[in-house]
Amino acid sequence: MPVHLLDEPELESEARQATWTLNFGPQHPATHTTLRLILELDGERIVKATPHIGYLHSGFEKLGEHLNYNQYVTIVDRKNYISPPMNEVAWHHAVETLLGVELTPRCQYIRVIIGELARISDHLLCTGAAALDLGAFTAFLFAFNLREQIYDVYEEMSGYRFHPGYTRVGGVLYDFNDRVLDKIRKVLHSFPKVYADMSKLLFRNRIFLDRMRGVGKLSKADAIAHSCSGPVARASGVHVDLRKDSPYLAYPELDFEVPYCEEGDCWARFMVRMEEMKQSVRILEQAMAKLPSGPVNLPIAEKLNLPDKATTYNSMEGLIQHFELIMPNRGFETPVDEVYAAIEGPNGELGYYLVADGTEFAWRVRTRPPSFIHFSVFPHIIKGHMLADVVAVLGSLSIIAAELDR
Amino acid sequence: MSAATAPHAAQAQILATLAAHFGDGVFSISRFRGNLRLFVPKSRLVELLTALKQQCGCTYLAELGAADYLGYPGRTRNRFEVHYVLRNFDTGGSVIVKAGVDDPDPSLPSAYPLWPGADWMEREVFDMYGIRFEGHPDLRRILMPDEFTAFPLRKDYPLRGRGERHNFPKLTRAES
Repeated sequence: MPVHLLDEPELESEARQATWTLNFGPQHPATHTTLRLILELDGERIVKATPHIGYLHSGFEKLGEHLNYNQYVTIVDRKNYISPPMNEVAWHHAVETLLGVELTPRCQYIRVIIGELARISDHLLCTGAAALDLGAFTAFLFAFNLREQIYDVYEEMSGYRFHPGYTRVGGVLYDFNDRVLDKIRKVLHSFPKVYADMSKLLFRNRIFLDRMRGVGKLSKADAIAHSCSGPVARASGVHVDLRKDSPYLAYPELDFEVPYCEEGDCWARFMVRMEEMKQSVRILEQAMAKLPSGPVNLPIAEKLNLPDKATTYNSMEGLIQHFELIMPNRGFETPVDEVYAAIEGPNGELGYYLVADGTEFAWRVRTRPPSFIHFSVFPHIIKGHMLADVVAVLGSLSIIAAELDR
Repeated sequence: MSAATAPHAAQAQILATLAAHFGDGVFSISRFRGNLRLFVPKSRLVELLTALKQQCGCTYLAELGAADYLGYPGRTRNRFEVHYVLRNFDTGGSVIVKAGVDDPDPSLPSAYPLWPGADWMEREVFDMYGIRFEGHPDLRRILMPDEFTAFPLRKDYPLRGRGERHNFPKLTRAES
């Protein structure tokens, strides 16, 4: 008598039954800010990750239509709050592209300097926090200590530690003084030691390497197809850097290299960021040596910058210009047109699509947020990895929720 | 790549390729501050994007967003416009494609089949403006809550909202 055999188990549906769902976030130490993931797990292996974002949505783009081009700098600071000066440089780069003005050489160098300081500060947090999330606490402390010194620079140059609000249309708030330059030199002086400390702690750290290598692989084709930019794209072998591809500010006069990797995993992203910090220091050293003298803001005749107090009180032209820019219903005129302008932010291409209607208020401020685009890749690259790899991948993408949700 | 002249030459190259493929009358061109913009009707949008990707080498979708031009000075075109910023990595050329849509029921074909990176950016445009993208695999709200009914970046939506926040049900500690 033939024995009736059981059918083959339906692996597909059984596997689905065996999966369980885990809610990750919105508040979790490893998300650093507020973002939420619904993870479908087979044991500890991730079958599917669904990000839910918007917890920090604050209507920044709507606000941009109700604040003038100078006021909005306080809002862009709060997008990627890990590197506020770079956001300011990006925002006013877009506004100045719209207006078609050329900055003074000193201002261009100052913006390069604050931008590169911001890049170092961002990468220190990203690499430090990546180590922190994987249990390497000490490297994070070294990184954060140097970030403190960068905050000291912000404080000295603008009066604010965290959100400097330092750039203005056609210039900056205050010119650099000697104390600012001294503090920047101090940062540059401290950097090699911090880098050495971090590299000794992490580069040959067996646990750290095992957690990072081969995890969260993003191929070159996928990086391009998913619109990745910055260190994430460069770690996957896409040779792209707006500082080289469409140079802006004083970057053409500065000598630096663009690091890249081919592997595309967390480790590659980590190493690209570490190397970028060294290149930023190289840029900073050159920019400090070459920092031109002369005026930092555009002349009064351009009718963009607020004249300084001495000019306002002592010259008729200055007084008129001050009045014209300060009083409501005046301000500067803009073309009735639109422009897309982007710079290389610490996380990638940080651009603004700016529609102007002739007044000093933007009609539409669209941010091209690198965090938003990189987070959309997350579900694809986490698939098949372990639950514990979520923090490694999140850390290596450097998701800043304020920029993600705006 | 020589920095100053190359982007312009690359844009000219893109235009030449498109002209050979499309002839006249499919899109109109405007330039401003180095941005090259192609305005295209909805019916030819996918065709143009495909040609840009496959024949002009614009493999990278740098940015996708929209704007509402309700009450914009001198406006004669459609109320909404969606922009696609495309870039060619080899030549460094970049081009902006703009497609207009109107109320009621604004919709455009999705760019997702060409660039998976358009996924979230199209969802954001839908969330903020209510422009639907036909063929998008998962067109849900992304930043606003699912039960939200308005489209907050439209010009007829007030800055301070329509009481959504004010009327939000509050739980007391005893109820929680």
